[in-house]
Amino acid sequence: MNLEIFWFCVIAFFWAGYFVLEGFDFGVGMLLPFVPRDEGERSVMFESIGPIWDGNEVWLVVAGGATFAAFPAWYGTMFSGFYLALLLILFFLIIRVVSFEWRGKSEDLRWRRVWMWANTVGSLGIAFVFGVGLSNLLHGVPINSSGDYAGGFWNLFTGYTILGGIAFALVFAFHGAIFLTLRTTGDLCERAQSAALRLGLPAVLVGAGYVVWTVSVAVDKNEKSVFPPVLPAAIAIGAFVLAAFFVRARRNGIAFALSALGTLGLVATLFTSLYPRVMVSSPDFANSLTVQGAASAHYTLAVMTVVAAICVPAILLYQGWTYHVFRARVGGESPTAT
Amino acid sequence: MPVLASTVVDLARLQFATTSIYHFLFVPLTLGLGPLVAIMQTLWLRTKDERWLRLTHFFGTLLLINIAIGVATGLVQEFEFGMNWSVYSKFVGNVFGAPLAIEGLAAFFVESTFLGLWIFGWNRLPPRIHLATLWVVVLASWGSGYFILVANSWMQHPVGYKIVNGQAQLTSVWALLSNGFALRAFVHTMLAGLIFGSIVMLGICCWHFLRGHEVDLFRKAALLALIVAVPVTLLQLVVGNRFGAAVTSAQSMKIAASEAQWNTCQPCGFSLFQIGGFTKGDETPSFSITIPRLLSYMATGSFSGQVQGLNELQAQEERQYGRGRNYMPNVEVIYWSMRVMAYMGMLMLFVAALGAWLYWKKKLETARWFQWTAMVAIAFPFIAATAGWILTEMGRQPWIVQGLLLTSQANSPAVSTTWLGISLALFISLYVLLGVVDFVLMRRYAKPTGAPPKPTTEQTPVVTY
Repeated sequence: MNLEIFWFCVIAFFWAGYFVLEGFDFGVGMLLPFVPRDEGERSVMFESIGPIWDGNEVWLVVAGGATFAAFPAWYGTMFSGFYLALLLILFFLIIRVVSFEWRGKSEDLRWRRVWMWANTVGSLGIAFVFGVGLSNLLHGVPINSSGDYAGGFWNLFTGYTILGGIAFALVFAFHGAIFLTLRTTGDLCERAQSAALRLGLPAVLVGAGYVVWTVSVAVDKNEKSVFPPVLPAAIAIGAFVLAAFFVRARRNGIAFALSALGTLGLVATLFTSLYPRVMVSSPDFANSLTVQGAASAHYTLAVMTVVAAICVPAILLYQGWTYHVFRARVGGESPTAT
Repeated sequence: MPVLASTVVDLARLQFATTSIYHFLFVPLTLGLGPLVAIMQTLWLRTKDERWLRLTHFFGTLLLINIAIGVATGLVQEFEFGMNWSVYSKFVGNVFGAPLAIEGLAAFFVESTFLGLWIFGWNRLPPRIHLATLWVVVLASWGSGYFILVANSWMQHPVGYKIVNGQAQLTSVWALLSNGFALRAFVHTMLAGLIFGSIVMLGICCWHFLRGHEVDLFRKAALLALIVAVPVTLLQLVVGNRFGAAVTSAQSMKIAASEAQWNTCQPCGFSLFQIGGFTKGDETPSFSITIPRLLSYMATGSFSGQVQGLNELQAQEERQYGRGRNYMPNVEVIYWSMRVMAYMGMLMLFVAALGAWLYWKKKLETARWFQWTAMVAIAFPFIAATAGWILTEMGRQPWIVQGLLLTSQANSPAVSTTWLGISLALFISLYVLLGVVDFVLMRRYAKPTGAPPKPTTEQTPVVTY
């Protein structure tokens, strides 16, 4: 395997890490208006992801940074082409980041409501727009012969890409609800459980529909054969189905591992379908950006490989340790905040 | 914005300037407050003096309010290269992308993860481990700063690369990481961070003295702030001066513009203040105060050194890069941004020294005139840093990468003025809102009246949800 392909896989891995981890805190954010009964429970929900969301978000930062370093042409075309979509994402990211820090800074109920909604809207918005945006890499956008995006904002919305947005949102909401059942106690935990139960079926159906459609788009638009993309697609579908099943059986630890695996499979389906291209051009397929064509020179990739080989295992270790430190359930007898 | 900026490039520049200046109001404050809060917590563990714990909570809260905005606005910076400057991104990605990616992998990941541990780890981690998480955050944030400055310094002074097929390709990562320009910029910027932290802390302490609120408590913080502020502001003058000499060799045009030095001189006087003399048609100021030979010393290290003038450099660059283009930055802006930065630096040294003297005379808690001065001085580091970045970035124009790529040719072809207009409007309105909320929160949590710092027995998280 040459370094260009290796770095394509690394970037897919960063996206997968981002969605598996931040996916559940997006889910918790989306459920904020619906699951808790009062401000106290809402605070518990915030606290369930409080210590970890920031570390989860860095997976996005490294996905972006690694794309810049390893595939400058991909980074330049994608970020300038998907301009307004990324602007929306930035807007949602910013209101979400500050909502965590600022909501608890006042007792005023209206203030708290504003920042709760900022978190909910931000979480839902980021999930949806990323679903739409990443689906477009595969579905194809107009790219001209000099490798620049030649479409508008509304080009990004087709049946398939919109389903991508909805699938991301639903899967994360499901993933987040299961996470919440593992991190809370009592009444709140019960209501998280029923949210997970209710979200199970739609998440499985839409998630499965999306990965199936993704494989078919890969065949139609990206000259792929059904295999290998069908493999991660099958894993994703199987994992989501089993996750819903285990939620029903109240085996939520296993269910969470499975919804994480399903999310991983979903991202893997997308990137397996995309390879050997990084951005499909449509209608001029010949203008598609490829892994080899968009990549940096060997030396840069080699340097980045050394850095990643040192840093990524360390990241997994200390993030793992963080999850271990904050493994205790929050809330319960002594709510930590009002 | 048709009056301020009419082309895509102008709009993209305006947007980058707005968002990065804004980002850098919060970042250096956190770079400097971080170690100060860590020292407070260390002193608490060492001395068991509960006042240090209260101060840790007090200033820790202020730190966190600003980190939130620093993080949020930093995301914009990472996306903006690709969004607005895709030609630039494709040209430099091989080289410039690497330190940005390394920053994420090696520093920002550590910073964000350990920050969560510090905020929520008060009653879950053993005290020493909990303190260590804060020091890790501080080190990682400084590491972040280093990699970002490596990237920026490559735009000022490109090293360790070759041009292949119209793309800059990295040839030596060591040359990139040990770029002398970057190392000097790093020291200069981190000292600036410490100045931010200590001057803001001193100002807040003086606010409490002025109201007679918790004087005993804030005297300790004021002493810490002064112990940092006095040597660091002094050192910064020396380092800033040395940095200037490095700029002279890498970017002669920037230094010539910052002195409005039209013709080559030897020896050269330093212009303290001047009226006129900033444009090609008006090279001689109608009024100026000049210190003989000082510019020679500052730019070259020798009192009889030669400094090249703008006209000479223009002729030189025309020979090198092609005729018919203006290679000079906006001289008036560069001249004044240099002076605002330097004069603010000296003023802060003066304030810090005065504060130290009053502290020594045990008058700091009573000298109301100084307390007001120190509160006003809170604004100085923000002004100095903004002026410093204007000098650095506008002084490089018309280049986006010195000598390699012109700013006017680096923007995104796919991005229209409409898109830029929309994004600029969104960023400005969002940033104004964030700024207002940040100011209100800072005021609320820094002010002398109201809720006293958290009780000491209960080890609550600094942030509660």
